[in-house]
Amino acid sequence: MSRLFTAEIGGILAGATQRSAGEGEAGEAATCHIGIESRLLRIEASGEWRIAHLDPVDRRLRALTADSIAAHQAIIDLSGISRFDTAAATILNRTARLLEEKGIRVSFEGVSDSWQTLLDKIGEFGAPAPAYTHKHPLYLEIIGRIGETTRAIGEEVTGMLGFIGSVLTGAAQTALSPRRFRWVPFVHHMEKSGFDALPLVCLLTFLIGAVVAQQGAVQLRTFGAEVFTVNLIAIVFLREVGLLLTAIIVAGRSGSAFTAEIGSMKMREELDAMRTLGLDPMDMLILPRVAALTITLPLLTFIADIMGLLGGGVVVYFMLDMSPGVYLARVQEAVDFWTIAVGLIKAPFMASIIALVGCRAGLSVTGSAESVGAMTTRSVVRSIFLVIILDALFAMFFTAVGV
Amino acid sequence: MAKKGEPIIEVEGIDTRFGDHVIHENLNLTVRRGEVIGIVGGSGTGKSVLLRTILGLKKPDAGRVRVFGIDFSTLPEEERRLHEQRWGVLFQDGALFSALTVAENIQVPYREHLNLSQELMDELAAMKISMVGLRATAGDLYPSELSGGMRKRAGLARALALDPEILFLDEPTAGLDPIGAAAFDELINDLKETMGLTVFLVTHDLDTLYATCDRIAVLAEKHVILIGTIEDMMRSDHPWIHEYFHGPRARAAFSGK
Repeated sequence: MSRLFTAEIGGILAGATQRSAGEGEAGEAATCHIGIESRLLRIEASGEWRIAHLDPVDRRLRALTADSIAAHQAIIDLSGISRFDTAAATILNRTARLLEEKGIRVSFEGVSDSWQTLLDKIGEFGAPAPAYTHKHPLYLEIIGRIGETTRAIGEEVTGMLGFIGSVLTGAAQTALSPRRFRWVPFVHHMEKSGFDALPLVCLLTFLIGAVVAQQGAVQLRTFGAEVFTVNLIAIVFLREVGLLLTAIIVAGRSGSAFTAEIGSMKMREELDAMRTLGLDPMDMLILPRVAALTITLPLLTFIADIMGLLGGGVVVYFMLDMSPGVYLARVQEAVDFWTIAVGLIKAPFMASIIALVGCRAGLSVTGSAESVGAMTTRSVVRSIFLVIILDALFAMFFTAVGV
Repeated sequence: MAKKGEPIIEVEGIDTRFGDHVIHENLNLTVRRGEVIGIVGGSGTGKSVLLRTILGLKKPDAGRVRVFGIDFSTLPEEERRLHEQRWGVLFQDGALFSALTVAENIQVPYREHLNLSQELMDELAAMKISMVGLRATAGDLYPSELSGGMRKRAGLARALALDPEILFLDEPTAGLDPIGAAAFDELINDLKETMGLTVFLVTHDLDTLYATCDRIAVLAEKHVILIGTIEDMMRSDHPWIHEYFHGPRARAAFSGK
């Protein structure tokens, strides 16, 4: 994950305009003159030896020290230099060190006191450690990744089951001693993830209801069966779409909020602080959220169903000239108790899945701000995935029991 | 080259308010090139706000700030960025980019502003890492894998990447162990000596004040009430300054010198 981010930022940096080497004030470039005379190597440095100007000089000196040199003594003359910084000291120290490794005696000339201190200081650090690179052949990387992912999935499944278990235990304990239940956060989260989601849920389901009705009417008209548009809307919405849409909206809105809230608290050690104060994060944070969502999602689904039917009704009224009274009568004909019950029975299960996934992702946040973002993304993706899987399982179940 | 002792940071008549809450009122401060100046003051007196104002991260409600003799707020974007390379800042918790390793963090200014070979950047990053007293292996670690003290050092290494003329330090020794803090003080002195660095130091650490600062500015009552050497501070009879520099911890720090 973080490697990916690195590549991203690296890309941004590489894309940034390369400004000319200057630091706000015009300066003369750094130069060095290299000459060998009767086995004496002279390196005469001049100009502004500051990091902004040093790249060409560095390349020359690297090239020099990479080859064998026919000299047994070297003098590095700094008297022509007007500015000097740590980068210059690093380069000169390295050059001197490499020359000495070749058996050449090196001495400096024209070094002022403060530059000497800098050279000595930098020299104390010695040769830099070779950069640590971990490269494997591609096929190993691929196999490694597959193995890593499989292991992570297995761990995630057991972790999630363990988490569900501990939430159930917490819920059971709360049921035995109801005074432990935190009503204030419970109501707060009902408002935030339920009531505040109403406008968005209403608008979207109204629009989807209208779109389904319009598309259905166009198709069914070719068979002369456009009156069945009403059956289409009523059954599709009450059984599936109303709930699925609401669950997905809530997963995006509240599941992510749960992860981000709990995650940033975890990051700032607030959860640890709670534990040391004798408060259980399960009671304080997780149970109220799970309970609130489990109660509000069915309610939201019910409202979503009504809005979907309303959207369909509006389209039917304009496209098929069907009066609201007839529309309602046809809806009643098309729908029985179980049509709406099938939709609403599923809602609390989906709500708990969304809340559990959101809370658990929040608890898995590690120290960095980056991991809050990664976990939030993961929580939304995972809860939408599980909501759809669960819906498919329920469809199989209801078909089997014949409703 | 600019001479030692000339004003390098000039803060003139700064007012800062958050809503009705006045932080600074007609605050004046001049920092001279080559000195280490320590900013002290009680909690909530706006030390960090002053730092952010000088850096241009917060716009003052009145007055003006000049750094290197330039009023940054009047400069066009491009020019301001060039001048911003002349200072380095260490934020309280290091403020390292969490998606980059320590070495990559240090190389950010090189990549952004200069055109250097990767070998040279790696070498310079390794040099800065050992300069601030981190182990060489720290370069490959991500900030989340570092302790608080190590993050601070890594942040300092990044601040020093371009050999700045001014170094701004926000509580550099807070959270360090005494040995680490002493090493930090020594490092600041070394940098000042070798590179002619000007250091603007916000601190609560009395040992750091004694060990490094040429002058100290005391923030209280919404402005700088006193600026001067440690001796000036000791002589002052302002109640807060007296309390600060004659308290039990101050005596311990001073006698240890």
